[in-house]
Amino acid sequence: MHTNLLKWSLLLSVVVVLCLSGASHAQLTTYQQQQWLHSPAASSHVGNLSGDARAAALPYRRYCVGCHGELGDGNGENAVWMPPPMFQKPRDFQLAIFKCRSTPTGTLPTDQDLFDAITRGFDRTNMPSWNPLTKQERADLVAWIKHFSPRWQTEKPGTPIQIPPEPEITPERVKAGQDVFAKMQCWKCHGAQGMANGPSASTLTDDLSQPIAAFNFTDGSRPKCGDTDRDIYRIFMTGLDGTPMPSFADNIKPEEAWDLVFYLRSLQPHNSFNAKEKQIAKQLGLKPVDTNAPAQ
Amino acid sequence: MKYERNRGLAAILATVVLFGVGAFIINQKASAAGEGKIAGTVKLDGTAPHMRGIDMSKDPYCSKAHASDPAHSENVLVGNGGGLENVVLYISEGLSADAANMKSTQVPVFDQKNCMYTPHVLPMNVGQEFKVQTSDQTAHNIHPEPNPLTGNIPWNQSQPPGAPPVVKSWKAPEMIHVKCNIHPWMSGWFAVVKGPYATTDDSGAYTIQNVPAGSYTVTAWQEQLGIQTQKVTVTAGGAAKADFTFKAK
Repeated sequence: MHTNLLKWSLLLSVVVVLCLSGASHAQLTTYQQQQWLHSPAASSHVGNLSGDARAAALPYRRYCVGCHGELGDGNGENAVWMPPPMFQKPRDFQLAIFKCRSTPTGTLPTDQDLFDAITRGFDRTNMPSWNPLTKQERADLVAWIKHFSPRWQTEKPGTPIQIPPEPEITPERVKAGQDVFAKMQCWKCHGAQGMANGPSASTLTDDLSQPIAAFNFTDGSRPKCGDTDRDIYRIFMTGLDGTPMPSFADNIKPEEAWDLVFYLRSLQPHNSFNAKEKQIAKQLGLKPVDTNAPAQ
Repeated sequence: MKYERNRGLAAILATVVLFGVGAFIINQKASAAGEGKIAGTVKLDGTAPHMRGIDMSKDPYCSKAHASDPAHSENVLVGNGGGLENVVLYISEGLSADAANMKSTQVPVFDQKNCMYTPHVLPMNVGQEFKVQTSDQTAHNIHPEPNPLTGNIPWNQSQPPGAPPVVKSWKAPEMIHVKCNIHPWMSGWFAVVKGPYATTDDSGAYTIQNVPAGSYTVTAWQEQLGIQTQKVTVTAGGAAKADFTFKAK
């Protein structure tokens, strides 16, 4: 009787294990992730630093697990207190879809991209800047993040896009940038004045079907993926994966891209970084783009 | 006691291995010479669900394009005699490894026209290149939403007026929803399957060509009504018949 029970329970467990391995897409297990922890992908290279995932187990538990969760799926115990659209759900490292990349849409980010995101934090979210951690700790955390998803086992990060040196700003360039803004119809979401009130702004949803707002250039917000000129260039040329923001790499030429950066700067409130752009826009007497003009 | 447990485990393992080998042999046998086809119709049983009209007034270009012919959602399209359009038919079981890995060399086109997707469902093979183009004078973004853990990675590309086509392919079989964030009503599908496939026309009729002779399970997939399967046997030069009926929900 006892052995019979044992046999059946064994059979049952074998069946369950087989089912689980077949349904691995549905839910990753700690067991799989434990294996990936010892794979070459669970390391990082940022500048001359090398990160080791195993060194990040404790820092992750201390600083990250509350939101990103034990399995890195973004379901930490604090996640329920971050309802959209006020907040976005903590990043799901199992899917490995990242907004801030130097690599083309649909590819994995570089270690440097992840390192920069941890260092920078995300404006208007619950993700703070982790600049206070040492560089080594951050590099180790990058490696740790990469042990959560099977994608790092099979995929390589994309090739970072080429950003030509920033040209000198001229009135012609600011004007040309506005033409790009009109032609690419950025205003459909971001609004003619960059106030995030374009006709499509109210219905935007992210890849989890949660409402999401377009970036407002006029209220002093900092772009989530960095606020240097190069960061802004990168944002529209790579797209922010997982959000409605697409990549314009196939449609905006590199020199036009810099023009667009200058024009976007002129939409932002006065600050030390955009004094020239503001001044030029004022001298030109730039009016918001005409959203009723026929497409060029 | 310990011995008993080991024997049980061994028996289970042996069964698993036997089944595996058996399945392998059966798979090998299916790759016989000669090809036939599978044909039939897919119908809807019951009243066709109401397809909501689409308000495109947020984008004057789109609403103007539909001024005389209002647009409706296309989740369930019922044509002549209850025929269901845009159902994808493919072989879900029985294909030899060779047949499953064959990919069509055609480059199917997914067009953004009058702020709708044409066709609404684009079937293709794993690894087959397809093209996304725009015929519209308004900006679109083309945003497929596969599950990245299948191996298909989501991407999101803009297509302003006059933009060059985007050419891509997918790594794994999956029914991938496609959307445009700028026009939230735009909804389409990339149906990525292995082996020969077909979609139904407006009368619900389909023909899967170039099916190697053998016994198969045919699956019919409809985005809202789900899937149905049938077993068929295809002979060289013959046409197997498989009709499907979906119940209206």
